[in-house]
Amino acid sequence: MSTERPEPALTPPADPPASSSAPSRRAFIATSTAIGGTVVAGGLVAGPPPLGAEAAVAAEAAPGSRVSLTVNGVRHTVTIDNRTSLLDLLRERLGLTGAKKGCNAGACGACTVLVDGRRVNSCLTLAVRLESAEVTTVEGLEKGDRLHPLQQAFIDQDAFQCGFCTPGQIVSGVACIQEGHTGSPEEIREWMSGNLCRCGCYVKIERAIEQAAGRK
Amino acid sequence: MYPFTYTKAADTREALSAGRHGGRYIAGGTTLVDLMRETVEHPGSLVDISPLPLGEIVVTKSGGLRIGALVRMSEAAAHRGVRALYPVISQALELSASAQLRNMATIGGNIMQRTRCTYFRDVTADCNKREPGAGCAALHGYNRGHAILGTSDRCVATHPSDVAVAFAALEATVHLLGPDGARSLPFADFLLRPGSTPHREQALRPGELITAVEVPAHPRPLKSGYLKVRDRQSYEFALTSAAVALHVGGGVIREAKVAAGGVGTVPWRLPAVERHLIGERPSDGLWAEAAEQATDGARPLRHNGFKVELLKRTVERQLRTVGGTQ
Repeated sequence: MSTERPEPALTPPADPPASSSAPSRRAFIATSTAIGGTVVAGGLVAGPPPLGAEAAVAAEAAPGSRVSLTVNGVRHTVTIDNRTSLLDLLRERLGLTGAKKGCNAGACGACTVLVDGRRVNSCLTLAVRLESAEVTTVEGLEKGDRLHPLQQAFIDQDAFQCGFCTPGQIVSGVACIQEGHTGSPEEIREWMSGNLCRCGCYVKIERAIEQAAGRK
Repeated sequence: MYPFTYTKAADTREALSAGRHGGRYIAGGTTLVDLMRETVEHPGSLVDISPLPLGEIVVTKSGGLRIGALVRMSEAAAHRGVRALYPVISQALELSASAQLRNMATIGGNIMQRTRCTYFRDVTADCNKREPGAGCAALHGYNRGHAILGTSDRCVATHPSDVAVAFAALEATVHLLGPDGARSLPFADFLLRPGSTPHREQALRPGELITAVEVPAHPRPLKSGYLKVRDRQSYEFALTSAAVALHVGGGVIREAKVAAGGVGTVPWRLPAVERHLIGERPSDGLWAEAAEQATDGARPLRHNGFKVELLKRTVERQLRTVGGTQ
C-alpha cells in the first residue's frame, strides 16, 4: 500500500537541508554548472540563436500536465512540463538521485528503473504518460535496513569501481533475475547488455548477478 | 526539446480524431522521444495511444500470426506461439536493442522507427530525409554503416529494424486504420525506398494508425532463424543480417523466404537467392551458390564496400544454420 504525499510536501532536491550550514554536493555542482553555463552562453552570442523564436515561446507557456504516480511505495501528485522525463522527475523533483543520467538517449542503461515491474530506460520515458504507474528505483530495493540480495552481492563481488552505472546495473540485474535470464554467464551477459560500464567491471557484475540468482 | 501538448486517447475513435487534427501518435516512444530531444522531431502535439486495445497476439486458424501494434517487443519475442511458429521473429526481436528498450518499444513503433544515420540525427548536417532538398551529407561523408541496396542520390540511410527483415521475408501484411476506414498493405509496399522523396518513409496516409502486423501461414514444417552481424556482440545495430525460412519436402526445398537487413534502405528481400534454392536438394554447395546472388544490384559507397562480401557470407551462414549441413 502506498502512502499519499501531496505536491506541496515535495522538497526541491537542489535545496540544501535547512539544518545544514555547508552546501550539499548537489547544490555545489549545480552552482558551478550555472557559472560554467554563463561562460558558454556568452561564447554563443556571436552566432544566430539556433532555437530562436520557438525557444522564447517555450519559456512563456510550455504545456504541462498533472500526473499521479507511485515511486517506491509513495504516491506523488505533480504538475510537470510535458517534456519532463521520468529520470528528471525522479532526480530533480523527487530527490531520488540513484538513477543516473549517463547518455540521456537510451544507450547506456544508467537510468534504469522498474515501471510496473518491468525494467525501462527512464530517460526515454515521458513522465506525463505514467498516470497511476508504480515506479521502483534503486532506493526502493532495500527492505528496512537490509540491502536487497543483489545490492549485497555487488559489495561481496566488488562489482564496481566509479559506481556511476551501478544503480542502473542493480535495478536491471534485479529484473534480469526476475525474468529468469540467468541460466549461464553468457545468458546474463546478453540480457544485461543494455547496461554499459566504462570501468569494465562486467566480469564481477555477472558474478554478482549469479550470486543473487542463487547460482553461486 | 520543443514544447508539445499531450493527450491520452481513451479509444480508437479519439486517437483517430486527434490524429486527423495533426496529433502525432506515440506508443513506446523509444525512437520518438530520443529524436525529439535531438530536435530532429518536433511534433506540436502527442497523442498517447497506449490505452488502445491493440496489445494482443493471435494465432490465426490457418496457422499464421496477428501481432497487435501495441504488443511490446519483449512480449512478442517471448510469446509461445511466436516462438513455436516463427523462431525468426523471436530471434530478430531478441537480437534487437536491450532488454529495457524491448520492454518499452512496440511492434508498430518498431516498423516505424527511423534510421540511425548519424547525419539524419545531427540537425547541423545536410539531410534530405530531415529537410527535403537540403542534400545528403552521408553520400560523400563517413558512410561505413550505410546502405548498398535500394539507395538513391538523395539518401543512402539504412532501415534499422531487425524484426522488419523477418516480416519482409515472411510476406507479412500491415493492417491500418485511418479517418477513411481500415485497409491493409503488403509489408513490401508499406516501407518506401527513398528515391527522390527520402522524407517519405511509409505509405501511411495522414492520421492513419497501424493496428496489427499479420504473418501468413506458410507450408509446414518450416524452419526459420535470424542471424545478425555487428561491431559488438550485443546491443548494436546490424552491419548485415539475414532472415531465412525454409520448407523442405521429399528432400527438396519447396519454399524459401530470405531477406537481409543492415544493407538496404528498406528491409531487403532476396528473390534471386530464393529462386536459386527452390526445387533443389539442400547442400553446402547450394547455400554458397545461392548466397552469391544476394548482392545483385549492390552499389557500395566509399566506406561500406565490405558489406558486399559480408552480406554473401551472412546469407550463406544462415542458410546453412537453418537448412543444415549436408
